[in-house]
Amino acid sequence: MAKKAQYRRYTRSTAGNIAYFSLLFLAGAFTILPLIYCVITSFKPLDELLIFPPRFFVRRPTLSNYLELPSLLGKIQVPVSRYFFNSIFIAIAGTGLHIIAASLAAFAFSKSRMKSWSILFLIIQIMLLYNSVTLSVPQYLIFTKLRMVDTYWVYILPAIPSAVGCFLMKQFIDVSVPDALLEAARIDGAGVLRMYYKIVMPILKPAWMTIMLLSFQTMWTVIPSGTIFSEQLKTLPQVMSSISAGGIARSGSAMAITVIMMIPPILVFMVTQSNVMETMSTSGIK
Amino acid sequence: MSNSTLTKKKKNISLSEKSAFMLITFPFASLFFVFNILPVLASIVLSFFDYDMVSNPIFIGVENYARMFAADDTFLKVLGNTLKFSIVAGPGGFILAFVLAWMINEFSKPVRVVLTFIFYAPALVGNAYFIWTVLFSGDSLGYLNNLLISFGFISEPINWFQNTSYNMTILIIIQLWMSMGVTFLSNIAGLQNVSDEMYEAGAIDGIKTRWHELWYITLPSMKSILLFGAVMQIQSVFSVSGLMQTLVGYPSVNNSVDTLVSYISDIGTARYEMGYASALSVILFLLVLAFRFGIGAFLNLIGKSDS
Repeated sequence: MAKKAQYRRYTRSTAGNIAYFSLLFLAGAFTILPLIYCVITSFKPLDELLIFPPRFFVRRPTLSNYLELPSLLGKIQVPVSRYFFNSIFIAIAGTGLHIIAASLAAFAFSKSRMKSWSILFLIIQIMLLYNSVTLSVPQYLIFTKLRMVDTYWVYILPAIPSAVGCFLMKQFIDVSVPDALLEAARIDGAGVLRMYYKIVMPILKPAWMTIMLLSFQTMWTVIPSGTIFSEQLKTLPQVMSSISAGGIARSGSAMAITVIMMIPPILVFMVTQSNVMETMSTSGIK
Repeated sequence: MSNSTLTKKKKNISLSEKSAFMLITFPFASLFFVFNILPVLASIVLSFFDYDMVSNPIFIGVENYARMFAADDTFLKVLGNTLKFSIVAGPGGFILAFVLAWMINEFSKPVRVVLTFIFYAPALVGNAYFIWTVLFSGDSLGYLNNLLISFGFISEPINWFQNTSYNMTILIIIQLWMSMGVTFLSNIAGLQNVSDEMYEAGAIDGIKTRWHELWYITLPSMKSILLFGAVMQIQSVFSVSGLMQTLVGYPSVNNSVDTLVSYISDIGTARYEMGYASALSVILFLLVLAFRFGIGAFLNLIGKSDS
């Protein structure tokens, strides 16, 4: 990453400074306070949920909102653990397969020097505009024809060829993998797969860590439209809304499940955060 | 960055390597074709047919398109909603994502990482928009209602999400809350990569204020990153549907906040009018494309003098 100069280029008036820090403070409060409030509320007992004016902090924290979740979310045939398993399985499988398929393709797009590939890459750039939500109805037709409705495939398969992951990795390889390095590997007799495994993937680590974050986040909250009917195949986001229908008395549990849903993406962000900036700096569309 | 001059000097890669490259592209390319290209092509073709997924498709020409604009008030309503939502939340979120990235750019790295997390958190945690139901709950226990009643501004609780004069505004605010996503991250990275030489050269050339610096140096050197951010922003605002479906429900009162995407999936996956749903998808594709090229043209104006 480029080093920043340590000098301040332009100074600001006192009024400017006040405006600057108040704006930053307000924006920060707007984004983070609802989340902090959510975490705090998830530990409130029922009587504290119902008092008004609501207190920001909790007096007597309790875990009961969390302990109620299995009975609130679970069904007779489907325990809540099943929804958890589905969510995690889908997010990991979709993200993993996407990274492998997209990095292989990105390597070829960047380094195979084939004219026809640049047309395909142009199409990928256009498809950046569309995600599986905007494509859901035409995809529904395809799923029906492939007889995949009501299987795990409807979650995982469309996530694998996501345009944004391939695009980001191709841009990153363009900048970070020198042709000379591949040339040296060729002289050593390395094939394409060996180059991919030994050279490209290690250099590409910041990019695939970033894709891991973006893809996991998408997969973790995905709600397929009209393609999942079995209760056993549903994921947490699909059953969460049943709690929020319970109004303010259930808000403790609604917040508890929201907090649980927040944890995995935050963990992934913590692991990947330092790589994200490096990757994003090569993301430009020329 | 083009390295075509380098490429020409080197000998072409061998045929076996070429086929190996094709082979490793296959998994991505084939799935990309099936789940991205084919859906677009299929919806273009099917948009000229009447198709209910049971009987054979019947060719009906442009009837689906005619129906949209001449005989479907709901479509016109949801199209208006989508445009209203996208035109406010799209550029709004985009500008916010740039301004905040620009503001935190002058801090040292550890502070910047913490601030990045604070702004990025709502987008990161996905469907946490749930939280807002407590504030905007429609009964008198909802925080906003309770507050307004106790101060005597209103006498009856307002059902915020169902009230057609407020619900769109509330949803736009919640969308803006979540809009510090990929666009924001790429802006931060892009700002970090504008070289100091550029700034120094600018100072020598007579740039006096940070606003001039922003307009003549920072923004032009980030043009490609901004375009990427704009594309991501368009993609996210036009696909918003879960937000409304969860907080308001589908269909909403008078279709007041239903989006084109929700409407398309209702027509398609609930009513099985695939021909009509396809025609609606085509309109959505065209709308998104138009915005993409509109923004591209707009970004080209950056760094130009007013003359």
